[in-house]
Amino acid sequence: MSDSTIGTIPGQEKPRRLLSLADSERFLGSAFLLPAVIYIIALVGVPFVAAIGFSVSDVTVGSTAFDFRGFQNFEAILKTPQFLRALSNSILFAVVTQVFVIIGANLIAQVLAMDFRGKWIARFFIMMPWATPVALGAIAWLWLLDSKFSPFDWVLQRMHLLGPHTLFGPRLHMVFLGREQLAMASIIVVNVWRLTPLASVILMAGLTSISHDILDQANVDGSGFWRTLFEIKLPLIMPIMSIALLFGMIFTLSDMAIVYVLTRGGPVYYTQVLPVWAYMKGIEGGALGEGAAVAIFLFPVLLAVVIFVLRASRRMEVT
Amino acid sequence: MNNQEIISRKGEGLAANQRFRETINAILRQVALYTTVGLMCLFAFFPFLVLMINTFREDQDLYRPQNFPFFFNDPPTLFHITQLFKETNYVVFLRNSVFVGLVVVLITLAIAIPAAYSLARLTGKWGERAGIAIFMVYLVPPTLLFLPLFRMVVALHLNDTIWSLIVVYPTISIPFSTWLLMGFFKSIPKDLEEAAMVDGYSRAAAFLKVVMPLSLSGIIAVVVFTFTLTLHEFIYALTFISSSAQRTLSVGVPTELIRGDVFFWQGLSAATIIVAIPVGILYNLVLDRLISGFTMGAVKG
Repeated sequence: MSDSTIGTIPGQEKPRRLLSLADSERFLGSAFLLPAVIYIIALVGVPFVAAIGFSVSDVTVGSTAFDFRGFQNFEAILKTPQFLRALSNSILFAVVTQVFVIIGANLIAQVLAMDFRGKWIARFFIMMPWATPVALGAIAWLWLLDSKFSPFDWVLQRMHLLGPHTLFGPRLHMVFLGREQLAMASIIVVNVWRLTPLASVILMAGLTSISHDILDQANVDGSGFWRTLFEIKLPLIMPIMSIALLFGMIFTLSDMAIVYVLTRGGPVYYTQVLPVWAYMKGIEGGALGEGAAVAIFLFPVLLAVVIFVLRASRRMEVT
Repeated sequence: MNNQEIISRKGEGLAANQRFRETINAILRQVALYTTVGLMCLFAFFPFLVLMINTFREDQDLYRPQNFPFFFNDPPTLFHITQLFKETNYVVFLRNSVFVGLVVVLITLAIAIPAAYSLARLTGKWGERAGIAIFMVYLVPPTLLFLPLFRMVVALHLNDTIWSLIVVYPTISIPFSTWLLMGFFKSIPKDLEEAAMVDGYSRAAAFLKVVMPLSLSGIIAVVVFTFTLTLHEFIYALTFISSSAQRTLSVGVPTELIRGDVFFWQGLSAATIIVAIPVGILYNLVLDRLISGFTMGAVKG
């Protein structure tokens, strides 16, 4: 009975309705929440535990046998030279990307907060990389970075930077995706290209949430553009910036489309990252156990990111 | 000419000078603004421009490295677009993607809206903690889960059908949508529902008739977020489905139009542009709602 006291004023002269289920807060509260909880437990909780189970077993795509192998999968992985490379590539990929993304997104958010003619179309152009399915965006770059037909090669050749007796010569092509450092740089550029719009959207949300009173007050007090930017706007959007960082890091660490489409981890395994390696071992190689063990290594990295950002957002609650 | 006049002339001169300087400053500011915006647009949109041109380029035009790479050297052709629609499964991929997207949007709304309302209004103190927990679920990436989920999909006999994706995608969309909508519902004054309930609505009816219409922006944001998510998703689509006729765009296009070392570049370009431009426009149309959704869900939530 007490569940529905909200809304009925005591002593009010009103025909007492029978308390239906649609009025019981406790019932509604659980009934409304239950489907989501069941869904998440069944399709996130169970597979998460299973992933850990897989990583200590010899399960394969072909057989249903499930034998406990202890840490043999992990030992096997740790022995390969690919492991350290994939782990450090994943971290490098995420961190370097985010440095550029945060700088670019701040710039874009500041610019798009202004009013100017043609803003709608500018926003459309700027948002395109994020609106496009990531695998298809990567295909666009696959052409731009092609070993034979790259338009960048053409430009560099015309600028006499590529070809015999030039800065990048003597070859005629950069082969962006075929050389160790250049390939890594390429996938980072593509990832920055894709993720900057997302971070901009998040930062714009932060900027619009800054109360105009504060900005007006700053104006009245004679604070200039840069001072307002660095001493008022940036500190106030710091918490939301950490959310943008969180999304960006997680999307980068767990994304496999860019690397899979552009390099498949190559040349050799120089651009290999954990998700692609897990896919290659688990699905293409059929060793689900070893694949799961590779994927598990993502977890501590992700956890560190989440804890770091949660700390930052806790500071947000204080302010 | 008396002193008075000289002073006033000087004043006018100074004022004109001031105005002139302000105009110059305004122009400079405009130039700086448009240069910055132009460079940003160029970096973001340049790959699409190249694709747009490439779509209509003849083979002998496209595959001659000496040719100017950013425009037609030979007359444009529609040949490859026709080929894309007639000789590949592209239309099937489009249909699959739209179908998966719509069904997942419906499932997500059906589950996330009540859950978010429950967390915002009905569950009190522990609702907040549950909200954070649900958001944390969103941070568990597909990369950790795709191998066991593949096994589960096989056990349910859903492998190699788009239904596997329909079942699994809500695991990504529900947590984020719930969290976003929770912020929206919290921002609606409780008095409104209470007034409705005084008028004789049940709690559930008050939610449907009062809260839902006011949360339309949030719901639209969720619809767009979920739909684009299903369109973008790559790793599950790659893992669960192996026959071409069941594929969605993001995996179908690269696997169907890249065969070993043979790239059907014009087809790939067309396939990308045809999806990217409409989705980009849609995204831009709802961007403001998305931003306000984010503001309420994340900043104030």
